[in-house]
Amino acid sequence: MTWLWSNLDLVGELSLVHLALSVPAIILSFVVSVPIGWLAHRYRWSRGVLLTLCGLLYAIPSLALLIALPVFTGLGVRSPVNLVVALTLYGIAVIVRTAADAFDAIDRDVRQSATAVGYSGFGRFRAVELPLAGPVLLSGLRVVIVSTVSLATIGAVIGVPSLGSLFTDGFQRGIQAEIATGIVATIVLALLLDQLAVLAGRLLMPWTRLGPGRRAGSAVEGARP
Amino acid sequence: MNLVAGGIAWILDPANWQGAGSIPVRIGQHLLLSLVVLAIASAIALPAGAVIGHTGRGKQLVVMVSGGLRALPTLGVLTLFGLWLGIGLAAPVISLVILAVPPLLAGAYAGFEAVDRRTIDAARAMGMREREIVGGVELPLGLPIIVGGVRSAALQIIATATLAAYVADVGLGRPIFQGLKTRDYGEMLGGSILVILLALLVDGAFALAQRLVVPAGVRATRTRELRSRPARPRTAVGRPIHEGNRQ
Repeated sequence: MTWLWSNLDLVGELSLVHLALSVPAIILSFVVSVPIGWLAHRYRWSRGVLLTLCGLLYAIPSLALLIALPVFTGLGVRSPVNLVVALTLYGIAVIVRTAADAFDAIDRDVRQSATAVGYSGFGRFRAVELPLAGPVLLSGLRVVIVSTVSLATIGAVIGVPSLGSLFTDGFQRGIQAEIATGIVATIVLALLLDQLAVLAGRLLMPWTRLGPGRRAGSAVEGARP
Repeated sequence: MNLVAGGIAWILDPANWQGAGSIPVRIGQHLLLSLVVLAIASAIALPAGAVIGHTGRGKQLVVMVSGGLRALPTLGVLTLFGLWLGIGLAAPVISLVILAVPPLLAGAYAGFEAVDRRTIDAARAMGMREREIVGGVELPLGLPIIVGGVRSAALQIIATATLAAYVADVGLGRPIFQGLKTRDYGEMLGGSILVILLALLVDGAFALAQRLVVPAGVRATRTRELRSRPARPRTAVGRPIHEGNRQ
């Protein structure tokens, strides 16, 4: 605790830097993934290609991606933008799959009803499919928020400052309290952003506030011995 | 593309293929470490997940562990254990096990949980004992999902084992950190390429395994149920008839 009090400025500053790295990556990956996810949902061939690509991308170890990415982007290994790009790519790999599942899960009857009352093309996507996919998209976003904030710390080993710098610095100087502070700060930051996303979800999707109390499937679950 | 050439040149350099820290040795270390960690973590998480999935008790534990540990920064865990346990293999092994448990637990739980209740009721009605139901019905039916959990755990381990080179002299992360220290981009890229290839290879092997473990009976009757399945299952009684040809 004494370490934290005497280094409060540093932790605060690194938290802000950490936010500046992870928030753009989270927003970017969400904005990019929803249309890609929709495309993956729409056609069978695109689903196979896109989800396989996302799977492969997700399989690449983060440190190796951070080192290999400059080959394609021309950025320096120690550039913060390089880290943001890598984090965005991982976010895309996660949300595209969730988004495809979310759009798949929309009841076909609902989609046909929407078409019957006159919705077509983009209007149906915006007014019917997107709101219905919303809760699942939010769950995907929450996964990405937490994993991105956690993953951003990796940048510290290649020289991109973040809360992860507390790990590398604490390790080199043998200060356990510094590492522990870094772990706690990272988790707190992740949970804070996560709650922010939940709040935004409640504001944007007021109908989900009713809560999952009246699930049709609960009768089946009740059959468990 | 000069950068790529540097990485490939490092991999192909005969000097890197012999001696104590050579490429084959690093790959061997990386695989061995990953395998040991996967074995330990599986021994802990798979039975626990199976019990929770079978009984339905302790769901919250799975959600908490698999959700909460996602926020845990791997580098923080590695360095903290590195300080506690000193330079050596104990720190990476313990941290990697901690990080591999959540996906394994979630996979085992989801595998057992995903088995249709009516199938289990049918097995019970036919007179199967609990142990027979677990081993003969739930395990084979849930195996693709369980292997999926092992797959993501294995990838997580391989990725984090790379990072483990920061605290211990082990695995393919070593050339990456060596290259970072000496600002030798060819060396770090070469190490990265090898790690990526290893991860993709392991991922592919598990993807294949996931297909192979689908029981023949399930494979024969399965149609395109992955697409256009309603998110909320309709009530068990009064299932609409057209449900059949949609799945």
